[in-house]
Amino acid sequence: MPEKSDLPQGTLDLLILKVVALGSVHGYAIAQRLEQVSRGVVQVPQGSLYPALHRLENRGLLAADWEETESGREAKFYRLTRKGRAQLESETASWQRLIDAVGLVLKLSEGGAE
Amino acid sequence: MNWWQRVLRRKKMEDQLEKELRFHLEQHANELIAKGYSPGEARRQARLSLGGPEQVKENCRDARGTRWLEDFFQDFRYALRMLAMQPGFAAVALLTLALGIGATTVMFTVINSVLLKPLPYPDPSKLVAVNGHSDGWNAEILGEQNVAYLDFLDCARETGSLIMAAALFNGGTVSEPGEPEYVDLREISSSLFSVLRVSIAQGRSFLPEEDRPGAMPVAILGNNFWRRHFADRQDVLGSPVVLDGRRYTIIGIAPAGFKLFGEEPEIYTPVGQDTAKYVWNRAAHPMHVVARLQPGATLSQAQSELTLLGRHLAGQFPDTNAGRTFQVKPLRPNVGNVGSTLWLLLGAVSLVLLVACVNVASLLLARAVSRERELAMRVALGASRGRLVRQCLTESAMLGLSGGLLGVLIAADGIHPFMRMWPGALPRAEEVHLDWRVLLFALGISLLSGLLFGLAPALRAPFRNLEQRLRTGARSIAGSSRRLHSIFVISEIAFAIILLVSAGMLGRTLLRLSSLDPGVDVSNVLVTRMALSPATLADPAKTRAAWNEVLARGRSVPGVQSIATVDTFPMRSGDNEQGYWTSADVPPANKLPFALLTSVSPDYLNVMRIPLRRGRFFDDHDTLGSTPVIVIDEVLARNAFGAQDPVGKRLWIPDMGYGGNVFEIVGVVGHVRHWGLAGDDQAKVRAQIYYPFAQLPDSFMHRWSELMSIAVRTEIPPLGVLPSLRGELKGVAGDQVLYEVRTMEQLASESLAEQRFLFLLFGVFAGLALLLACIGIYGVLAYLTGQRVPEIGVRMALGATASDVIRMVFRQSLGMIFVGIGIGILAALAAGRLLVHTVEGMQSTELSTFIITIPILVVAALLASFAPARRASRVDPMSALRQE
Repeated sequence: MPEKSDLPQGTLDLLILKVVALGSVHGYAIAQRLEQVSRGVVQVPQGSLYPALHRLENRGLLAADWEETESGREAKFYRLTRKGRAQLESETASWQRLIDAVGLVLKLSEGGAE
Repeated sequence: MNWWQRVLRRKKMEDQLEKELRFHLEQHANELIAKGYSPGEARRQARLSLGGPEQVKENCRDARGTRWLEDFFQDFRYALRMLAMQPGFAAVALLTLALGIGATTVMFTVINSVLLKPLPYPDPSKLVAVNGHSDGWNAEILGEQNVAYLDFLDCARETGSLIMAAALFNGGTVSEPGEPEYVDLREISSSLFSVLRVSIAQGRSFLPEEDRPGAMPVAILGNNFWRRHFADRQDVLGSPVVLDGRRYTIIGIAPAGFKLFGEEPEIYTPVGQDTAKYVWNRAAHPMHVVARLQPGATLSQAQSELTLLGRHLAGQFPDTNAGRTFQVKPLRPNVGNVGSTLWLLLGAVSLVLLVACVNVASLLLARAVSRERELAMRVALGASRGRLVRQCLTESAMLGLSGGLLGVLIAADGIHPFMRMWPGALPRAEEVHLDWRVLLFALGISLLSGLLFGLAPALRAPFRNLEQRLRTGARSIAGSSRRLHSIFVISEIAFAIILLVSAGMLGRTLLRLSSLDPGVDVSNVLVTRMALSPATLADPAKTRAAWNEVLARGRSVPGVQSIATVDTFPMRSGDNEQGYWTSADVPPANKLPFALLTSVSPDYLNVMRIPLRRGRFFDDHDTLGSTPVIVIDEVLARNAFGAQDPVGKRLWIPDMGYGGNVFEIVGVVGHVRHWGLAGDDQAKVRAQIYYPFAQLPDSFMHRWSELMSIAVRTEIPPLGVLPSLRGELKGVAGDQVLYEVRTMEQLASESLAEQRFLFLLFGVFAGLALLLACIGIYGVLAYLTGQRVPEIGVRMALGATASDVIRMVFRQSLGMIFVGIGIGILAALAAGRLLVHTVEGMQSTELSTFIITIPILVVAALLASFAPARRASRVDPMSALRQE
């Protein structure tokens, strides 16, 4: 099993927004999806998943409805609001910028600092 | 959902949260079962990976953003439960607070209405007062200077920044319709009501063309006068009213409650119709001028414009206007000097509230200490410090607010009795009522007191040595708590001392002032103002004859011993102050010493029984033709002549206006406390000069007769002669009236009314503070000794006697009492200085005041300590030790 990393501060919200952006989904599925997609590298602390979901819902980035799952049970399905989509885009962009910048710094060869 | 929806649907939210988490757990468990786990193991794994369900729920609740409100509700319910569990504590705390807040709110209500609220006219910030100003004027003694009518007319015509109006204070006799009555008259410019933006209740205001000499006489009735004298008659408009013998047509009625310069006049006439010489003389300054700033104009613009106008007038009329100019000031309510008294009372009542707060704080602290174990348990279960502090503060804020609510109810009910107790007439009294400012104030002080008495217990919430606290339980008492309790008791005693000593000072002052010699014999003297028949006033010779007849007729009334006319008499408002000098080279007016001038008839000395020190008083030989003479009092004699005999010397009184302004002193009489028993010692002008009414020239007769009073010494209780005196002095036409009837005894007593009132209130406040302090001492000692029961048990088991234990408790309480007294004495000295500044006739704090008041407190405090001490001495060592 590959080594698991803790999520950097604040990234959980971004990841949740991204997963929900792919389609209406319930909490358990979000946890599953995150773990699968990151191939187990990203350890989602399930205890903080729900507070995060509720926080995003309060801020109006997510909306929720009670719907039936394929197995016929009622579950709370989250979807992205327009505000949430805008937030996702801007956060993704800034995350990308950060990664690029960090990458550039790390690629510096010894003594290559000009 | 909005935050309030989230709060209101809390139940639904909780259900959904529960359902969502259950779904998660079941999904996870199903998946694990599918992977081959046993159902029990699967559920365990699922729960493990989610974490403690309650903790997750708590975090989710936090994420709702309504946490503070939910906590608040929770704390609120908790606080209610805690109070309901101890109804005795709740009742004492609530009552204490309600009294403190109620009393403070009453005082603030009065201050708010009398001092803080703007004038009751529309847009009051645009209103200004225009005063006269001249170089020689001694404003400190004489007050603000008014304006000459002609100057007012010129300014009102020329100014671009102001709309001006003027009023002249006057009085007159209404002889028709109804019983003759002397009324308060304001002669006003036609613009007055429109400048104040007050609309007439019925009819109309004066027109500019009515505000001129020779115009049709018209009058406006004051609302009260209309109700009283005309019995609300609806058809008075257009009907006549005869004022000082002149027939006026009533054209309007002023709105109810309308006040001009703080008074409600009875009748208004246009000043422009008045033909009296002083109205049309630029050297006389009778007009009160108010104005409204034109839109866009500022106060400083108006000031510079009027300064310029004043300079023009001075150039045009150098004889009368040289050195004169005008001052423009914001128009303020005329409330006299009640301000300092009111603030003083608010200060005193705040001390009572502080004592109440400290009392509740010590009660709360005692509870907090016994709840220490509970609080420690909560900390151990994960409550944060902020959360506990918030909970404690919610409790005290709730106590504060409920106390405040009760207090406002008390205030709403207590304000009227309080206003009735006020000595004399409180200015703007009719404007006093609770409004939003008062409610805001009550809310503010309720919350503030809640914070004040809640903070100490809240901050004491335990955080260190949790384990130890949980183990030792409630009985361990930290040193810091004992110290805090002592501080509470000490401060309560100190506050009570301040109030006690202040009350003691006021009491002593009152005693001293009451025993002072007023300078006149106040028993059996009736004083009343008198208006002659308007018909006689037109002719000076007739006027003189009329006054002589008044004296002759008055003397014949049974029960009257002697009678005199007098223009201003002691202990009543109204006086004539003028500068004097002892030689012919008189310095400028503002460098002169001042004296009170009184014009009297010869019998005045007998009526008032003022002692004659030297020379003679006036007699019937002092007439128009003889040398102008005066009599001075011993204060003036000492000030001006020192040890020399003043009799036969002369005084120069530049503004007297007759006798060449030089007067021969024929006698010296005793000093009379003109400013009242309390006020006279500190008065700016104390020296007195008497001059004979009979020597006044004809030109003075009319004006002086309007101000005249008569003083009567009686052989029977003075009010008993009044009916026959009234009948005898009615005059031929039946239109001569006596008004503002008083006895000198009443006036002397009223001159101490403020001191008596303050003494009463401070006495009540001090008593209240003393009572609260005693309850506080009792509560704290009972609590502290209760905490020490096991220790006392050990001591007694080791051989201590009951009296040893009592001594131990008393030692503890005496320590607190004496520190409190020490601090209290220092504070009381400072408060005493404040009282001396504020209250007339106060003397600085004397040692004897402390010697009298402090034992009261010590005895009360020791009584309060006695019960806890005795209870401690009866501790049964065996059962006390078993408790441990």
